[in-house]
Amino acid sequence: MRFSGYIPILVVTAALAVVPLVFSSNSLFNFMVMSLIITLAAQGWNILGGVAGQTSFGHALFFGVGCYTAAMLQFHFGVNAWLAFLLAVAAGAAAGFILGFLSFRAGLRGSYFALITLAFAELMRILANASDWTGGAAGLLLKLNPGFSNMQFESRASFLWLALAFVFIGLVISRAIAGSRFGAQLVAVRENEDAARALGVDVLSVKLKAISLSGAITAAAGVLYVQNFLYIDANIGFGVWISIEALLAPLVGGRGLVLGPLIGTFTLHGLGELTKSFAGRIPGIDLMVFAVVLIGVVAFASGGVLGLLRRFAPRLARRIAV
Amino acid sequence: MMLRTETIIMRFGGLTAVNQASLGVREGSITGLIGPNGAGKTTLFAVIAGFLQPTGGRVLWQGRDITGLKPHQRAQMGIARTFQIVQPFQGLNVLENITVGSYLRHRQTDEAVAKARAVAERVGLGAELEQQASSLTVAGRKRLELARALATEPKLLLLDEVLAGLNPSEIRDIIPVIRAIRDDGVTIFMIEHVMQAVMNLCEEVYVLAQGQMIAEGTPASVCNDPAVIEAYLGKGAAARIASTGGAHA
Amino acid sequence: MYSPTILIEAMINGLLTGAIYALIALGLTLVYGVLHIINFAHGAILASAMFAVWGLNVLAGVDPYLAILLLAPVFFCLGYGVQRLVIGPAAKGDDGNILLITLGLSIFIENALLAGFGSDTRSISSDFSFAVVEAGPFLISSPRLVGFAGSLIVTAILWFIMSRTDAGKAIRAVAREKLGASLMGIDVGHVYAVTFGLGCAALAVAAGLLMPTFYVNPRVGGAFVNIAFTIVVLGGMGSIPGAMIGGLLIGLVESLSGLLLGESLGQIGIFIIFILVLLLKPTGLFGAKA
Repeated sequence: MRFSGYIPILVVTAALAVVPLVFSSNSLFNFMVMSLIITLAAQGWNILGGVAGQTSFGHALFFGVGCYTAAMLQFHFGVNAWLAFLLAVAAGAAAGFILGFLSFRAGLRGSYFALITLAFAELMRILANASDWTGGAAGLLLKLNPGFSNMQFESRASFLWLALAFVFIGLVISRAIAGSRFGAQLVAVRENEDAARALGVDVLSVKLKAISLSGAITAAAGVLYVQNFLYIDANIGFGVWISIEALLAPLVGGRGLVLGPLIGTFTLHGLGELTKSFAGRIPGIDLMVFAVVLIGVVAFASGGVLGLLRRFAPRLARRIAV
Repeated sequence: MMLRTETIIMRFGGLTAVNQASLGVREGSITGLIGPNGAGKTTLFAVIAGFLQPTGGRVLWQGRDITGLKPHQRAQMGIARTFQIVQPFQGLNVLENITVGSYLRHRQTDEAVAKARAVAERVGLGAELEQQASSLTVAGRKRLELARALATEPKLLLLDEVLAGLNPSEIRDIIPVIRAIRDDGVTIFMIEHVMQAVMNLCEEVYVLAQGQMIAEGTPASVCNDPAVIEAYLGKGAAARIASTGGAHA
Repeated sequence: MYSPTILIEAMINGLLTGAIYALIALGLTLVYGVLHIINFAHGAILASAMFAVWGLNVLAGVDPYLAILLLAPVFFCLGYGVQRLVIGPAAKGDDGNILLITLGLSIFIENALLAGFGSDTRSISSDFSFAVVEAGPFLISSPRLVGFAGSLIVTAILWFIMSRTDAGKAIRAVAREKLGASLMGIDVGHVYAVTFGLGCAALAVAAGLLMPTFYVNPRVGGAFVNIAFTIVVLGGMGSIPGAMIGGLLIGLVESLSGLLLGESLGQIGIFIIFILVLLLKPTGLFGAKA
């Protein structure tokens, strides 16, 4: 029973891992790499916004902290890419802790919490855009220097596997939480804070753990972005786009569920590509589709794709569980 | 005394909800807290459980001052409460709801779930484990509220009107459950409006009216206390009842 | 240090712009006060109103101020429809849902504008755009003065509607006690939609007042919505006078921090105020309830 909960994760990961062995389309690889990076960012969001129910509109904060920590350490100090990655993840956790400490202690919930996360992300965007350290509006360009020790890969397939490995770790962490005491406490906080308190849950501490972990995972996605594109600027790192992507995917896939972010990202971006192929290169058309899907999900299918699965194919849904 | 409150005062702006309330709950007892609507009973419970910081006074737990402790710290020490307006985790099923409580003393999922099952059995929810909390009947929700609190393995259980909203046969079903909980060594302090249950269960009763403690004693003595009768029925009621000889009716 | 003339001129300009910000925030605070929802699409609706003003001017030669007379009722109806047909039914009364629905609306509108008009920045240029009034040593932009006056007038009208008319009474009743109001025979869904419509109409007015001196592109709403949120939080969610005073204050802060910190860092003052108010006094300076 313990292990069986991880089988769907292994199956999905294995299925994605064989794609580069079967196909060799570079545009497909690029699509998958980008989707996996977004999935990872969304997995971070899902722990805080999905499982613990604290809707964030500003996960760009953590993504950007990951991007810039990794990029600046390498750019200014020549720090090894993997070490920079670890430090960036730690910075993401620290950013989460600070934001959580300030806002949860002040008792911010719901819309107020969403607004303050957005404000912090925007604040960082303005700062990153203005500071010389971050390369200002021109951004930072990392040196192309492929090699495993630099976390850069000549073959697209290798980078895809790297990104997939991160997503796999994200899935395992989410799954482990779902079946644990911590997971139960997160859900309790989401459903009813007072009742959780009465049952001995230290609500503030649970929320702080959740936002720190959430920040760390989304920061890891930021590092992947930098290692993939070797470039970062303020509108990418701290831009609203990634806050929205990180939030949309879990909502569409299945809020709070382990596979929600992965399914949501691939559903949305699959739809996006499909729309583009029909409607041509009209700017913004894919985001219009995303928006309609978001409103549709909120209005008609609050459980997202996995919720629909549960309704129409309960047996299959039970097999892939949480 | 297991639990004592000393001259608790709770003010909200200009309104004094609880005024100088002192009481004690003896270990192993079932103690009641009664009083007319708006007397401040639930407020006093919230102070005892740590959900409200009192304006004045102290809460003592086994002789130790716990006035400054948070609700989860008090739960850790063995004080559990239920809510008058039940607060189930709506999106979870019955077993998951109770498991949140049992996780307090059992870090391992297997143990916590096993404990939750046992508690559910004990309060009569054994058949509804998989049911969503939101789909339970009123009586079911009351039992769930009780089960969750019990799953934290408390030493003292604060029950805030667990019988309100139940019909007479449901009340009859749940009274033995409460007594059995006490017989297993859990001290019970309950706010209750159903006098039949108070008379039936409680050894000691405190009466709160307009935020002040006006009487204490056995249920029978308290019910004949003129101050209590006046608090419930209005000024002069005690004298009227005495003159018509109806006090025991 | 800056000369007093420059400082005072910056302050005057800040106050003039602040009044229009206040007008934008007015719709947001009104909707919050009555529906208790944060309308995330507010900025995107403003952007579409600004495109409408621009379009009328470029295609039909309509003066931006005249466009207000046409667009205010149109946007009232649009707002009414959006609340009645999209937000209300889709949200099912859940605050978290409403936040997400309005986020979805804002993404949709912004990208529809992008798809329709491209990402170019557009503006209206007429002689009046650059007209100035001389007041002693200061040069004050005439269109900004008109904007200032227009904002004050609209705020006064809205305040009058809210406090003196039967419709306003119904709106306030719903704001305070939804259930009670519905028991008294007030159609709560209708009142919600009217309020949302009023908020959108205020945006149309703001768009007309803004366009002579401002530019528009599909992303312009984002900048305004941040400012509007700050004003609303500062002034107290739901407070009309709070929005006016908050707007003037924010205009002042933006203008001065822009002068002192430069264009790119200038906005930082607004976010810092926003964060501090949320953390320290989330009820705002004039808000009564939490």
